[in-house]
Amino acid sequence: MSISVNEASDIQREISERSAPDYLDQLEAEAIYIMREVAGQFERPALLFSGGKDSITLVHLAKKAFAPGKIPFPLVHVDTGHNFIEAIEYRDELAEQINAKLIVRYVEDTIKAKGLKEQTGKNASRNWLQTFTLLDTIEEFEFDACIGGARRDEEKARAKERIFSFRDEFGQWDPKRQRPELWNLFNGRIQKGENVRVFPISNWTELDVWAYLKREGIALPSIYFAHERELILRDGKLLNNTPVIEPDPEDQIVTRQVRFRTVGDMTCTAAVESAAATLDEVIAEITISRISERGETRIDDQQTEAAMEDRKKGGYF
Amino acid sequence: MDLLRFITAGSVDDGKSTLIGRLLYDTKNILADQMEAIERASKTRNAGEIDLALLTDGLRSEREQGITIDVAYKYFQTPNRKFISIDAPGHIQYTRNMVTGASNADLAIILVDARHGVVEQTRRHSLIASMLGIPHVIVAVNKMDLVGNSEDAFLQIAKSYKELAEKLSIKDLTIIPVSALNGDNIVDRSESMTWYTGETLLSVLENVNVLKDQNQEDGRFAVQYVIRPQTDELHDYRGYAGRVQSGTFKKGDAIKVLPSERESKIAKIEFGGNEIQEASVLQSVTILLEDDIDISRGDTIVTVDNSPIVSQDIEALVCWMDDKKTLKPGNKYVLQHGTARSRCSIRDIEYQIDINSYEKLDEVEALKLNDVARIVLRTAQPIAYDPYQKNRANGAAILIDETSNVTVGACMIE
Ligand SMILES: Nc1nc2c(ncn2[C@@H]2O[C@H](COP(=O)(O)OP(=O)(O)OP(=O)(O)O)[C@@H](O)[C@H]2O)c(=O)[nH]1
Ligand SMILES: [Mg+2]
Repeated sequence: MSISVNEASDIQREISERSAPDYLDQLEAEAIYIMREVAGQFERPALLFSGGKDSITLVHLAKKAFAPGKIPFPLVHVDTGHNFIEAIEYRDELAEQINAKLIVRYVEDTIKAKGLKEQTGKNASRNWLQTFTLLDTIEEFEFDACIGGARRDEEKARAKERIFSFRDEFGQWDPKRQRPELWNLFNGRIQKGENVRVFPISNWTELDVWAYLKREGIALPSIYFAHERELILRDGKLLNNTPVIEPDPEDQIVTRQVRFRTVGDMTCTAAVESAAATLDEVIAEITISRISERGETRIDDQQTEAAMEDRKKGGYF
Repeated sequence: MDLLRFITAGSVDDGKSTLIGRLLYDTKNILADQMEAIERASKTRNAGEIDLALLTDGLRSEREQGITIDVAYKYFQTPNRKFISIDAPGHIQYTRNMVTGASNADLAIILVDARHGVVEQTRRHSLIASMLGIPHVIVAVNKMDLVGNSEDAFLQIAKSYKELAEKLSIKDLTIIPVSALNGDNIVDRSESMTWYTGETLLSVLENVNVLKDQNQEDGRFAVQYVIRPQTDELHDYRGYAGRVQSGTFKKGDAIKVLPSERESKIAKIEFGGNEIQEASVLQSVTILLEDDIDISRGDTIVTVDNSPIVSQDIEALVCWMDDKKTLKPGNKYVLQHGTARSRCSIRDIEYQIDINSYEKLDEVEALKLNDVARIVLRTAQPIAYDPYQKNRANGAAILIDETSNVTVGACMIE
């Protein structure tokens, strides 16, 4: 048998002499398409917003996707109480400026209500506990889809995840039973209680995000740019000097000129020594950097080989 | 700079993951800490040889078993192009994951182990690549180091692959002898196979023209969402949000809405709230019409003089992906095509395609996991489609199980 493939017609060949679309335009169009699928397929979606550059990018894309209308879903932040103050301020200003509904839920409250036990000791973080708050928030508002800013280039388990990532009623990801995801035909059908995590910038790299922020002229929290800061030097990593980090006898307190490459919890996000004060300078540094984003800044992934996969199986983003 | 999406396919252990690792390594796209992590993981698993496959085999069970289970996406770039590489599993059990990865690929690299030649999975993945209309195929005859870099061995495999390809009418085929392990003919030309004078793998990846693969003729726009701000200033604003699936749309174009057949003209095209003059393939825009007609998600806007087929009776090639239930005539599913969903029932399995001979098998009663067949189905609502081989974006559809909600079939409408 033979399955025929249509030859491109002459007209098409002529048109094809046009220049190829830029990759950033392609990535942007894909992300906007995904956002609109969420709005079209789900009844109660939410956008998880942390104040970090990836979720800032998401908000910008959502604005473009639904302009001149408002973003048709609320911004949701799971506040661990360990966030950078600059990120929180940015979050509140942005929500006000675009007139979005902002829902904040606190890990602290979940810990009290459920009597959860916090990690203690060196490198203790609330990274794992925030899953409880997230799942409670999903239940409280009956969210059926949560949009997040995860990228596949960040981590090896994320590299495997679908754009519409199905989660069971316990929020769990099952990497061995992911739904097929064909073409751009996203299947968001679920039962009550289940939900879908949606990652519109799955196919973006860290550099793509920086390049896009620059191209679009998007403002970022000041911690992304070089500034002087008092820090804890621990195991070669520079952590913000804050009471939420349990002190360790080996710690050294230092003052350095730094910027942050990612913005997560203060307990597990390290700063990078840098003099880069503008987006151009930051991009130049990251372009030549030989260390990945998470490798340079994250404490939480380095504990075991499959740390991220295990967290996701438990309902984490 | 433009973007190329490619997939690696082929049988278990033919070296797909190693090849992607090698491509990234030789183009200096593996960062220092990632390399250290691979070295560390390699040490705990084998005699200390660095296993580049660990770059993409990121799941715990993949590492334990030394196989790929689900697709991994890796990103890299050369001075000429950006790449999204999709590493597919070779194991037959995970074929649906391979189809997932292949559905968005512009190019497929099908690996063949030089010691074993063309095997059943080579045939299966080649058939899938051809059905999915992947315009460019590279056959990488891998592990050439294990056959003494023999030209004869290569030529023999190339010959048998070409015979296979003829039955599938693959449009653009390149065959390259490589060693993913040693990096021969991947990024750098092989010093052990001087008899090979063709291009390296990377050189083909960098130069293949993907722009011409897109359908730029047939104006198709599936409405995803209706934007209605309902504020004082924008009281009457009605924008149709969607992505141009094929062709182009311009202000003033006469259009038709399907399946209602109502006609109007494009009053305005917007992107991010700003007016633009024209929207072409893959752009996500908002279209405003001159007339106030009833349009909602699932409708398709097309240029008026170039209509797709509007019908409830559909014939399609299908890859069946349910490992629990079979597809049988009489079964009911939800068909998702573009942004439209409709219930449908299977009328007939016309024939199944034999994976080895590509012969048509008649009188098939049911399809099992990974079977490929041509089916006839009837939808509850009319669907506005083009044949897949003419228009990938508007000829693709999926079948969803109504009770489990799982995607169970990939359909290429004929
Ligand atoms: N000698 C030799 N060995 C190779 C070559 N390429 C890959 N291998 C080895 O073949 C084995 C399988 O390689 P993988 O890259 O994991 O194979 P795969 O095709 O990704 O396998 P699945 O994803 O499970 O289907 C590993 O032990 C590799 O080191 C090669 O060019 N020469
Ligand atoms: Mg593999």
